[in-house]
Amino acid sequence: MSAQDRWIHTPPRKSATFDDAAIAEIRRAAATGIYDIRGAGAKRKLPHFDDLLFLGASISRYPLEGYREKCATDVVIGARFAKKPIHLKIPITIAGMSFGALSGPAKEALGRGASAVGTSTTTGDGGMTPEERGHSDLLVYQVLPSRYGMNPDDLRKADAIEVVVGQGAKPGGGGMLLGQKITERVAGMRRLPVGIDQRSACRHPDWTGPDDLEIKIQELREITDWQIPIYVKVGASRPYYDIALAVKSGADAIVLDGMQGGTAATQDVFIENVGLPTMCAIPPAVKALQDLGMHRKVQLIVSGGIRNGADVAKCLALGADAVAIGTAALIALGDNDTALEAEYQKLGTTAGAYDDWHEGRDPAGITTQDPLLAARLNPVIAGRKLANYLSVMTLEAQTIARACGKSHVHNLEPEDLVALTMETAAMARVPLAGTNWIPGSNI
Amino acid sequence: MPTVDLASSPLRELNGALHKLTPNTNETHWTVTNPRGQHNIAVGLDFPVEIDIDGHVGYYCAGMNKQARVTVRGNAGQGVAENMMSGRVHVTGDASQAAGASGNGGLLVIDGNASARCGISMKGIDIVVKGSVGHLSAFMAQAGKLVVLGDAGEALGDSIYEAQLFVRGTVTSLGADCVEKPLRDEHKVELKKLLDDAGVEGVSPDEFRRYGSARKLYHFHIDNVGSY
Repeated sequence: MSAQDRWIHTPPRKSATFDDAAIAEIRRAAATGIYDIRGAGAKRKLPHFDDLLFLGASISRYPLEGYREKCATDVVIGARFAKKPIHLKIPITIAGMSFGALSGPAKEALGRGASAVGTSTTTGDGGMTPEERGHSDLLVYQVLPSRYGMNPDDLRKADAIEVVVGQGAKPGGGGMLLGQKITERVAGMRRLPVGIDQRSACRHPDWTGPDDLEIKIQELREITDWQIPIYVKVGASRPYYDIALAVKSGADAIVLDGMQGGTAATQDVFIENVGLPTMCAIPPAVKALQDLGMHRKVQLIVSGGIRNGADVAKCLALGADAVAIGTAALIALGDNDTALEAEYQKLGTTAGAYDDWHEGRDPAGITTQDPLLAARLNPVIAGRKLANYLSVMTLEAQTIARACGKSHVHNLEPEDLVALTMETAAMARVPLAGTNWIPGSNI
Repeated sequence: MPTVDLASSPLRELNGALHKLTPNTNETHWTVTNPRGQHNIAVGLDFPVEIDIDGHVGYYCAGMNKQARVTVRGNAGQGVAENMMSGRVHVTGDASQAAGASGNGGLLVIDGNASARCGISMKGIDIVVKGSVGHLSAFMAQAGKLVVLGDAGEALGDSIYEAQLFVRGTVTSLGADCVEKPLRDEHKVELKKLLDDAGVEGVSPDEFRRYGSARKLYHFHIDNVGSY
C-alpha cells in the first residue's frame, strides 16, 4: 500500500454501537433462529457496590479492636408472626436453586457448607430432595408459581417458607429448564414427561395481587400451624411498592433480588434488560419498611451479585438484615474453575465465562443432571470450600464493621458510607465522597 | 361427632384441632357450622376423616388435603382443594377460580359450575364438574383428568402437558397445543369410573369428547413462536 493509498480510506474503526458482542449476537440469531438462553445474571457493567466506600473511624468515631473486641453477626429472621423464627449465625444465606438446575451432589454441598457455618439453604423450582433436607440444618422451602414438587409433607419439614413472586434475573418471567436436564428423577418430581423443555409459569395458579397473597400466606401459616417464618421473594423492579405490599400481605421477611442475581436458564435479553441493579434497589426497599415502621421487624434479605464481605457490609449498611448468595456459592463449590479450562474450551467457552448452565454439560458437575459429570463433584470437599468462603466473607464484613466502630454488623448504617460517583450517590442515597451532597436530597 | 361453630370459634382452633388428630382417633366425622365465607377452612388435613361444612367457604378450603373427605354444602371461593394430594373434596354449589389448582391426587367434585382456570397446573388430581367451567381451565395441566358435564370456556387446556380432558357440552375454544383426541374404550372405562365416583347418574361416557396435548410445543422451535 502506497503512502497515498493509505489515506484514501480512514483507518478501520469498530462501532461502539455495533460492537463485537452485538455483531456476534446478530449473526448467532440469524443462524439459529432462537434467542440466546443462558444461565447466570447480568454481565454488563452496572452500578454496583464497588462505587461505595466505608469511611472508617478516626477522631470523630471510635473503632473496635480487630480480633479482640466482639463484633456479632447473628440475625433472627421471622419473629413477626412465626413461633419458631430462624436464627442464623451469619448474615449470609444460600439463595434458592433447584434440584434439576443443580445436581444432587451440588445441593448436598450447599447444605453441608451452609450448615457448617450456621446458615440456611433454600430449595428451588422442583421441590425438596431428601439429600438437601438431610444435609441442611436450616432449609427454606420455596412455593413457586409452577408448584413443581409442592406437597404439604415437605412444607412441614421446612424451617421456613419462601413464596417466590419473582427473581432478579427475570422479574415478571417464569422458569425454564430445557429437556437435556429433565431426567427421570427430575421429571418424576415435577410430574412431567422425561426430556421435554419445561416452562414454569410466571404467575401463581391460585392468587393474583396483594389481597390474594395475604390469604395465601394465611393458608400456609394455617397448614404449618403458625410455626415457621414465611418469606416473600421479589425481583427488584418497583421495590418501594413491592416491599410495602409484601409487608401488608403478612410476610415475616422479604427477599429482594437484584438483576445481577443468577438464573439457571433465561433469555439473555431478559437478564440484561429487565429489573434494577441490587445496590439501587435497597434504599427504596428500606424506605418502605421504615415508612411502615417495620424496618428490622420484617427482615430484608438482599441478593444479586454479592461477592465478598465488603458487599455484605454495604448491603447491611444500607439497611438490609442479611444477604443471599447463589452464583458466588456455585463458584465456591468449583464452578468456572480455571483447572477445567481445557474442558471449557471444548464447550466453546472459557473459565469465568461459562454460562450455558441449562445445557447440563457442566464439567464441574454442578449445573448438570448427567450422572458421570455430577459424580465429579465431591460434596464433602465442595461443602468445605463453601464453608470457608462464607467464613471469609463474614470475617471481612466484621473487619469493616469494627473499623467503623460497630459491635454488630447490623449497626452499620448509611452514615458510614460515601459514594464515588454522582450516580451511586443518588441511587444509594449517601453523600458523594468528600462532600455532604446527596443528589436529589433537600439537605 | 365434634361440631365447630365458626361464628364463635376461631378458625385457628379448628385447623389446629384437625392437625392434632391421630390415626386411631374416634373423632372421624366433624361438622363445621357458620363458615360465612371464611378463608382457609380445613387446610392441610392428613387423616381419613369426614368434614361437613355447612355453608359457603372462602379461598383455599381443603387446601393441600390428604386423605380427608371434605364436603362444602354451599359455594367455594378461589382455589378450593388447591394442591390436593389425596382424599375427596365435594362442593355442592359453585366454585370460584382455580378450583383444584396444582392438585396432585384425590377427587374434587363440584356439583355446580367452576369459574376460570379450573384445574390450572393440575398434576394428577381428578376433577368432575357437573356444570360448566370458565376460560383457561386446565391451563398447563400436567396430569390427571378434568371431566366437565357442561360447557368449557375459551382456551381450554392451553399449554397442556399430559392431563386428559373430557367435556360433554361445547368448548368455546381450545388453547395452544390442545387438540381433540379419539375417545377409545379404555378412556370410556376410566371416565365411567370417575362419573360413578362423583355420583353422576344417567350420563354415558359416550356423550363426552376427549381433549389432550398435541405435544407440538414440548420442544421449543422458532417456527412455533406464533403459538406462544
